[in-house]
Amino acid sequence: MTDPLFARGVGLAVVLIVLVKVVVAFVVLLVATMLMVWFERKVISDMQNRIGPNRAGPFGLLQSLADGTKLFFKEDLLPDRADRFVFRLAPLLAVVPAFLVFAVIPVGGVVTIAHHVVELQVADPPMGILFLLAMSSIAVYGTMLAGWSSGSKYPLLGSVRASAQMISYEAALGLTVVTVVLEAHSLSTRAIIASQAQHVWQWNVIRLGFVPFVIFLIASTAEMNRPPFDLAEGESELGGGFNTEYSSLRFALFYLAEFMNTITMSALAVTLFFGGPDGPGFHFLRWLWPILWFVGKTGAFCYVQVWIRASLPRMRYDQLMDLGWKRLIPLALGWLLVVAAVNLSAAWGFAVIGGGVVAAVLLYQSIRVGRRRREALAAAPPARGPGGPPLRAVGPGGAGS
Amino acid sequence: MSAALLATATIPDAVTFALAAVICVVGALGVVLVRNPVHSALSLVMTLFGIAVLFVEQDAQFLAAVQVIVYTGAIVVLFLFVIMLLGVDRRERVLADTFRGQRVVAVVLGLMVLAEVVLLGHTRWTTGAHAAAGPLNGPGSNVAKLGRSIFTTYLVPFEVTSALLVVAIVGAVVLARRPGMRDGSAPPGAAEGLEEPVSPGAAGEGLDAADEDEDDKAVAR
Repeated sequence: MTDPLFARGVGLAVVLIVLVKVVVAFVVLLVATMLMVWFERKVISDMQNRIGPNRAGPFGLLQSLADGTKLFFKEDLLPDRADRFVFRLAPLLAVVPAFLVFAVIPVGGVVTIAHHVVELQVADPPMGILFLLAMSSIAVYGTMLAGWSSGSKYPLLGSVRASAQMISYEAALGLTVVTVVLEAHSLSTRAIIASQAQHVWQWNVIRLGFVPFVIFLIASTAEMNRPPFDLAEGESELGGGFNTEYSSLRFALFYLAEFMNTITMSALAVTLFFGGPDGPGFHFLRWLWPILWFVGKTGAFCYVQVWIRASLPRMRYDQLMDLGWKRLIPLALGWLLVVAAVNLSAAWGFAVIGGGVVAAVLLYQSIRVGRRRREALAAAPPARGPGGPPLRAVGPGGAGS
Repeated sequence: MSAALLATATIPDAVTFALAAVICVVGALGVVLVRNPVHSALSLVMTLFGIAVLFVEQDAQFLAAVQVIVYTGAIVVLFLFVIMLLGVDRRERVLADTFRGQRVVAVVLGLMVLAEVVLLGHTRWTTGAHAAAGPLNGPGSNVAKLGRSIFTTYLVPFEVTSALLVVAIVGAVVLARRPGMRDGSAPPGAAEGLEEPVSPGAAGEGLDAADEDEDDKAVAR
């Protein structure tokens, strides 16, 4: 359960190993993020029949480095009306959780370095997967405060949208994670991949019946504010959204956080549903194969993320909230109950499935009846006053101006 | 007692505790002393985070995660939402007493809590042993023990609490709806709070002036 590295006390070697793990994870994640930016631009341009970055380095590989350098040397603007302290704090609050989440993801098996058993992940706390949820709730602050502290209307609207969206989808995300935890009997990420290790059929994506995985994929995309859920940025509506006023290094930090989250969420999907570093290996270089499997699966997921971005148009805000609250959360909750019941016994499983179907039919029927009555009311002339004034738009056009 | 605690603590334990305690106290002072409500809320986040670190240090891992998820991730975000949307984030006039005699009561209550903490620190309950649900030395992690005790021994209180929360939500929805409203559209007053989110510099000037007047009146009274 606990990290075997600390089983025999904490000596100098252990501290060194931990430090090396931290530094390696940091550097690898940074480089991977750089490559991810390149990968995304290249794949999208391929899907749109363009060439994409091709000047800096072979295949334009160094384009992200060039862009980063450029951003670094740009003027660092601080809006006049900004809240100075919070404005500077917000990008850090976006980046730090993005780094920290990666710490609990197992990237490989267990190796022995100088008689110390080392798990190939930065940390394996008993609360494991809850740490992910905690960090994603911290990440809300980055977006929210960035928009608020800019002292400008569009960023504020973007941040209000973003925080509502992230909080809503965190519920669906959490429920799918609970489904996985129910199957793995542990919160620790290491135990979660161990529970899927025997066979492909043991992978959670199959064992839990595909639905939690789909919900996880949708909810994590929304959690990252990536298209089609990028209403927080909405270039065409909000002029860039919560990060409109940011420039130079601070903007680069937001950019970094976004792409880092893409990688982390892909890695997390692999960990939770696709067995993590599990896969066939060979007898030579035993430690290498799990890492390769992990990297391969994560890369495939990154491709899926880019694919989603390239093919789906942005959703409208009410559609987004409908999808989250009225469809994903009830579905995830229902599926959680079914998984729990099936875990208990087959009889309970069928009972809960039957009950769920009956309840769903009843709910559907009641919604239909309610809608029909409302339409009848709307068609009839109202008794006194209008049935309900239209919701006034939230925005700078409101009564305050 | 505190000397005994210090004797049993290891150096990493002590350093972690000291850092987390400083974070907690600075954050708590910030909540009270900082003028801008948003900065206050952020100070509260800092305190909650420090407490989460203290929980980890006590091997209460689950509690630490839940502390961050629930308090930092949900409750303070809601505070911020209200502050940002309803535009309470203008500098408050801290010198004006909102309720008569509030300050005296606050000082008395604060002294009572301080006395309580000091007294509790000298009782036999403060052993310095690390917290865990159930027997301290049993097998299994803290998370497993906590789960077992919640779903067996304390099942009824747990379920009753969840029912209470549902009742509270339903109650809030019922109270927010106005009588005579049959369809799903918002009640006439509901949209008003959302008219214009207020950002630090962007508060309407006219609005500000009106508020200053009100504050002045409050002081005069």
